[in-house]
Amino acid sequence: MLAVLVGLPLLLAVVSAVMPWHSARSWLLATAGLVHVVLAGMLVVHPLRAAPPGAWVGLDPLSTLVLLVTSLLFLGCAVYAVPYLELRRERGNRMIVPALLVFLSAMTLAVISRHMGVLWFAVESTTIASAPLIYYNRNALSIEATWKYLLLCSVGIALAMLGIMFIGYSALGLESRVSLQLDDLLRLGPQLSRPWLHTGFVFLLVGFGAKVGLAPLHSWKPDAYGEAPGLVGALLSGGLTSVAFLAVLRSMQIMNAAGDVQMARQALLGLGLLSLVLASVFMVRQPDLKRMLAYSSVEHMGILAIGVAIGGLATFGAMLHLVNNALTKGCLFMTAGNIQRTFASKHLSSVQGALTVLPVSGALFLAGFLAITGAPPFGPFLSEFTILRGIVQAGHPVVLAVVLAALATVFVGMGATVLAATQGTPGEPAVRGQDSFLLVAPPLVMLLAVLMLGIYIPPPLRDLLQAAADLLEAKP
Amino acid sequence: MYDLTNLLLISVILINFFTLGSSRLGSCVRAVAAQGALLALIPLAAHGWTRHTLILGVGAFALKGVLIPWVLMRALRQVRMRRESGPLIGYIPTMVLGAIITSAAFIFADFLPLQPEHRGGLFIPTSLATLFVGFLLLMTRREAISQVLGYLVLENGIFVFGTLLAEAMPLMVEAGVLLDLLVGVFIMGIVMEQINREFSTLNTERLSALKG
Repeated sequence: MLAVLVGLPLLLAVVSAVMPWHSARSWLLATAGLVHVVLAGMLVVHPLRAAPPGAWVGLDPLSTLVLLVTSLLFLGCAVYAVPYLELRRERGNRMIVPALLVFLSAMTLAVISRHMGVLWFAVESTTIASAPLIYYNRNALSIEATWKYLLLCSVGIALAMLGIMFIGYSALGLESRVSLQLDDLLRLGPQLSRPWLHTGFVFLLVGFGAKVGLAPLHSWKPDAYGEAPGLVGALLSGGLTSVAFLAVLRSMQIMNAAGDVQMARQALLGLGLLSLVLASVFMVRQPDLKRMLAYSSVEHMGILAIGVAIGGLATFGAMLHLVNNALTKGCLFMTAGNIQRTFASKHLSSVQGALTVLPVSGALFLAGFLAITGAPPFGPFLSEFTILRGIVQAGHPVVLAVVLAALATVFVGMGATVLAATQGTPGEPAVRGQDSFLLVAPPLVMLLAVLMLGIYIPPPLRDLLQAAADLLEAKP
Repeated sequence: MYDLTNLLLISVILINFFTLGSSRLGSCVRAVAAQGALLALIPLAAHGWTRHTLILGVGAFALKGVLIPWVLMRALRQVRMRRESGPLIGYIPTMVLGAIITSAAFIFADFLPLQPEHRGGLFIPTSLATLFVGFLLLMTRREAISQVLGYLVLENGIFVFGTLLAEAMPLMVEAGVLLDLLVGVFIMGIVMEQINREFSTLNTERLSALKG
């Protein structure tokens, strides 16, 4: 079953690469997304028997959660891609469709892997598969963005490999064979050699942190998200970051099993606060819609890191926030893509009155902004509030003050940009935009899901979130 | 067998210095190719001939020593470029920095809590030195291709460390890692071609339009 989940997108990628028909290729993408969601949903409803300890792949609550999120987000993006690729017919889709499918396959493998080596391989594969996605527009700016992304993420991920090897070295001599399998590492936890384990964790945090986009290794994010098509931005900011964050969480699990969770939490807290503060500064007076969303992604990864670092109730909040962030970012990037296409710009100097020109996309963008900045009754309000309560419970007044100040700055900064873009009267080239159904349906559905999560969390999802949080808190 | 391993590791360090000191991009690619080829022999020399080391050695040799350099040479021919166009720090100062880093790696390795069998060996210092030299190349060179070489040297340093762990990385995973490296460099090669087409140079200083 898990093999199908990884293998099917890969197989379809090959099929789509040799297929000669443009539209059929786009629909194949949407079909793949649908099948993936159905399969993932079946796994959630009827969980597999627990993987035997030592298996390279398997599902635990944490990976089930991320799998569900990435799968749903991909379906949304794949449906959006059908009319989008039709509009961009001159560009062709022979490159982007196979790359998207390989990307899905690599993300799935990363999520289900229980072996640090396999995890590394899959995460690096996502970097490679997403490079053609960022390069889709083939102009000078997208080349620059792709180059920076490739180099920074490749070097970052190379450091993560070094971290994995250090952790392997910390287990050397404990058993006849060193194993990098997660269960083995968790079992050996307390016996691992401390200095190597700590150094290894730092390298893993830096390496996978670069991929998550935690400051100070976030510099590729605004460039890549800014130049990539909206649907790619949605996939990267909602899907890839969640997957990379899962890799960071795996490192946390190892540290937890070794009984050194305090050190790991402090490191994560530092990176989280830095990301939050830096992102909030850059979002003030940000005239570029997509770069603003990219900094918002840095901000929310910071919030996730802080949530997990504080622990307790905040971990549950962080798990919920991972879902909320992915869906809201999906909605925002897709509608931002619609706005950019209609105005032929993503800069405030040309984008005004989006609500008048694109009533549906503009309204969704505005609502998405309210959701992501934590306005009730949307989901992020609930999850951010839970994290804040967790911070209060854990007794960190300074952290609370910094987080609140940064969130307020973000609200004001992002609000100024979004309101300027949506309100007012459209500028000179008064383009009559049209919202086609499939280009607004996926973001609408995602926003409705986020709205629902703010009001009512279905009990099965609550159980899953709790189980995932418990896994991170579990004392060996 | 132990002497052969040390010989290989020392050659790896010498090649580090060559790449730091050379401005000719073609020779730099060849040097990194030679380094990759030598590295591929280390698992065989250090752990003897087993199925694991043999496949790993042949695979690493084919990729690091032949295929990846071929991709880079092809990119180099297409952009018709011979020399690095002025690094941020001159060649002699970088070599001095390289020497300091390498000595520091040797001294530092003595303080590490190593397993008894690795104490005093060349593995850890070589690995650390190569890693830092890779970083040095990445940071000081401006040509896109030199940065890719820096990345490859960095990967080589990690590979040296990996050989210490013998069989911790299953063969499948090891193959995947090498495959990722190959495809990654291949894609970097394509992006370099596009950079050259768009900007008529590989100098990454030109890639500075995106800010804020």
